[in-house]
Amino acid sequence: MTVIETTGASPGLDCGGEARRGAKAMTSWQTNRATRDGRISAGAVLARGKIVEARDATRLLEAVIRPGDRVCLEGDNQKQADLLSRALLAADLSRINDLHMVQSGVVLPEHLDLFDRGVAKRLDYAYSGPQSARIARMLFGGKIELGAVHTYLELFARYFIDLTPQVALIAAVSADRDGNLYTGPNTEDTPTVVEATAFKDGIVIAQVNDIVETVPRVDIPADRVHFIVKSGKPFFVEPLFTRDPAAITEGQILTAMLAIKGIYAPYGVQRLNHGIGFSTAAIELLLPTFGERLGLKGRIATHFALNPHPALIPAIETGWVRQIHSFGSEVGMDDYIRARSDVYFTGPDGSLRSNRAFCQTAGLYACDMFIGSTLQIDLQGNSSTVTTSRIAGFGGAPNMGADARGRRHPSEPWLKAGAEADPDGATLMRRGRKLVVQIGETFGDKNVPLFVERLDALELAEKLNLELAPIMIYGDDVTHIVTEEGVANLLLCRTAQEREQAIRGVAGYTDVGRRRDHSMVAHLRERGVIRRPEDLGINPLDADRSQLAARSIKDLVRWSGGLYAPPSKFRNW
Amino acid sequence: MTAPLEDITPAERARGTSFYEASARTRLELLLDAGSFIEFIGPEQREVSPHLKIFDLPEQFDDGIVVGRGRLDGSPVFVAAQEGRFMGGAFGEVHGAKLTGLLRAAREIGSIPVLILFDTGGVRLQEANAGELAIAEIMRAVMEARSVGVKVIGLIGGKSGCYGGGGLIAGCCSALAVSEPGRIAVSGPEVIETNRGVEEFDSRDRSLVWRTMGGKHRRLLGAADVFADDNVQDFREAALELLGLVGPFGLDKLKAEQERLADRLRRLSTCFDAVDIWTAEGIAHAETVPELPADQFIALADRIGRISRDAR
Amino acid sequence: MEGLKFAHSVRTRAGGTRQSAIVGVVASGNLEVLVERVLPDAECAIDIKTAAVGFGEVWTAVVGDFVERYSPGGLRFSINDGGARPDTVSLRLAQAVRSIAENGQ
Repeated sequence: MTVIETTGASPGLDCGGEARRGAKAMTSWQTNRATRDGRISAGAVLARGKIVEARDATRLLEAVIRPGDRVCLEGDNQKQADLLSRALLAADLSRINDLHMVQSGVVLPEHLDLFDRGVAKRLDYAYSGPQSARIARMLFGGKIELGAVHTYLELFARYFIDLTPQVALIAAVSADRDGNLYTGPNTEDTPTVVEATAFKDGIVIAQVNDIVETVPRVDIPADRVHFIVKSGKPFFVEPLFTRDPAAITEGQILTAMLAIKGIYAPYGVQRLNHGIGFSTAAIELLLPTFGERLGLKGRIATHFALNPHPALIPAIETGWVRQIHSFGSEVGMDDYIRARSDVYFTGPDGSLRSNRAFCQTAGLYACDMFIGSTLQIDLQGNSSTVTTSRIAGFGGAPNMGADARGRRHPSEPWLKAGAEADPDGATLMRRGRKLVVQIGETFGDKNVPLFVERLDALELAEKLNLELAPIMIYGDDVTHIVTEEGVANLLLCRTAQEREQAIRGVAGYTDVGRRRDHSMVAHLRERGVIRRPEDLGINPLDADRSQLAARSIKDLVRWSGGLYAPPSKFRNW
Repeated sequence: MTAPLEDITPAERARGTSFYEASARTRLELLLDAGSFIEFIGPEQREVSPHLKIFDLPEQFDDGIVVGRGRLDGSPVFVAAQEGRFMGGAFGEVHGAKLTGLLRAAREIGSIPVLILFDTGGVRLQEANAGELAIAEIMRAVMEARSVGVKVIGLIGGKSGCYGGGGLIAGCCSALAVSEPGRIAVSGPEVIETNRGVEEFDSRDRSLVWRTMGGKHRRLLGAADVFADDNVQDFREAALELLGLVGPFGLDKLKAEQERLADRLRRLSTCFDAVDIWTAEGIAHAETVPELPADQFIALADRIGRISRDAR
Repeated sequence: MEGLKFAHSVRTRAGGTRQSAIVGVVASGNLEVLVERVLPDAECAIDIKTAAVGFGEVWTAVVGDFVERYSPGGLRFSINDGGARPDTVSLRLAQAVRSIAENGQ
């Protein structure tokens, strides 16, 4: 699928004209710069300084963008350059067409409308959660020419190698008259996108909520920003990382207890990343209660690569968490973060500084564990969030949920996991292993089983003629699977057959679970490969909601001393 | 292992249990004196709805309402608690008949008060006619019980709120206690939006829903007499307080209630939003009311909230 | 709706003196279990009415494991199920046994 492409400013077009003007044919080495300057001049007609009125946004894009351009439209699972995406959608098709969109997230309806209208043709992206059903239909229907579905870090990497944007459309909180940008708590992808575009002769256009005399802090220096469009209202941000404690079930609490006592405690996991499901939210809310009673404070869950999850507030307030670096922010958490700068990364202005590329890197290299949920797990432990009718993309999970082969620094959990996987290896030569934990209930929404003989991702790959099935986390990276039935430690499995039975042995009453080899599962349990609640001293009847440090969003507000201001959709007051 | 829970007193358990989150049975168990509850027509009698099987829908053995008697600080009370998670706590034929019967028993005896723990979206669609009739019967039974001197107290703080016919019945009670997450109205948010458009009422704007229908607003308007913090012990104390406050009932009282409501409409009918109403009632920084903790809100409500002891 | 009935012979009588207990509510993904001490000590019966049709095999497995583990002799379990997951069913059955094993009425 991966195609090495030439840039839109191909020598055949721009260079030829210059060559004819010269006395003799000679190679120009600055055609891209000349093209960029031409684009800036074309756009400058509509601008006062760098500032363009919102009503002229489409005309600006028509002046600056050329057919077939590679365009990065900023947007991920949280923030969106929504005004610029609408402006692009309204473009005159005779001036802008067949664009190659490179973007983290296909999230807004407009992102796909671009392809329906013919403004864009080709797509490379990472995440498409809210549009997962429609993007699947459009891919089947041939409306979109797909490059590849990436992880965030992988897509960012390609911005610097073979998917460098000619134009970037980004979102910031405010700008000054020179064009210095304040991206605020939701800085996220902006520095990466700007770096790849501005330093390779591309054009950067920012939508900002406000134009101010002095920005609170400079997140993007003015000389990397070419045009600024003042939006009438703040850019859209999705509160994706808010999990209402009121919706956490007894099954999720039991599973979370098993994870804490069966994995966090024995490995002493201090540096980690959590996925966004309810099971991990339950873990966060059990630290100050169940975790405290186990005497684990200070020994586990101290350093996170994590967005500002509201569910972590009680653990922060009780002194469990020392430091958190974030991919983005979370709606309603800004004042709390500002007041807890010992824990979060903040700028001189006091507000959060997030950075998706750095945090993904931190999750890959500096964390000893990833724990998250998924939609399907097969008999080898491969997992996928793809179903035959939905393509949600990968986002960042595979960067966290993968063993970092380039890692060289030791840590206790990493070495212990490595030793479990290869007990006979030479100590000084043996790699450690990152703990990659898949957590979930054996049956998900609408009683759909978590465990399957064959992933839907394979069927999708066949239907779409893909060269690679969209696997979220490969089985050989997964070290543990936790369900309400128990913990399976795949590091201790020595054969493919053991591994399959260890997975079946925690698959509950799903078809996969009921087809287990009972004697082999009993044997794996004796060896500690499978551990049931009773093996860990946990009574499932104790797994009730009174264990949670907060049982509602209102409780989280109380824990925060009134600093957390949840968005309206999570309120019942 | 987790910490044992045995050493906790009933009052501590009731204080630590969210009314909003608890089941109907747990609410009753913790609201009443420990061990005093005796259920009438319990689940083992299997008096289920005769209508749901026609629609191929699951039944519940108590048809979503628990009725019986118990003691509150030693004195006898009749109680009814709706289970808001079973069909949204909605009224059906059997569900309604259980409450009607309880109220009629209270009328016959004449001296034992009734506590109704509302948690309902209104009438069950699948048994609409029977449910609507049940609402009318219950309203009549409430008024008849009150007219012979029975105090009928409504406690509202469940997930399904107190909507539809439930809102009408609540309006007939001698007094109401409500918590912040509790809601009282006749038409629900979605119904208003469907009929009048999203410009009139955005049902997904939960702040709007709660400041229009939620417990704090109902307390400030005088529709509810006491504000309880969201735990069962607070509702128990609110019930005791209201039983002490409610006076005799007669035509004078109904006329006073009519006048109170007419006056409210005159004074506040031009207000666009609940915040305007709170401002009109003399609350400074009215926009901060939803954020106020329970103790501060109770102090404010006691200062501002209009309750007419002569009315209802 | 689908009706399922199971009858098992068990080794021992369930503990406690209560005559009946009820746990859970009927809602989407949830169920109620009414348990009554009405059978001879060596018998156990489980009657199910469920909104999720076609899961007989799963119920057989869940009920079999439950009876094996708790030996609830003398008890009849009546279930109204709103389509709960098997693990929720197991949990409610265990809660029902715990509840009736308490001493009381």
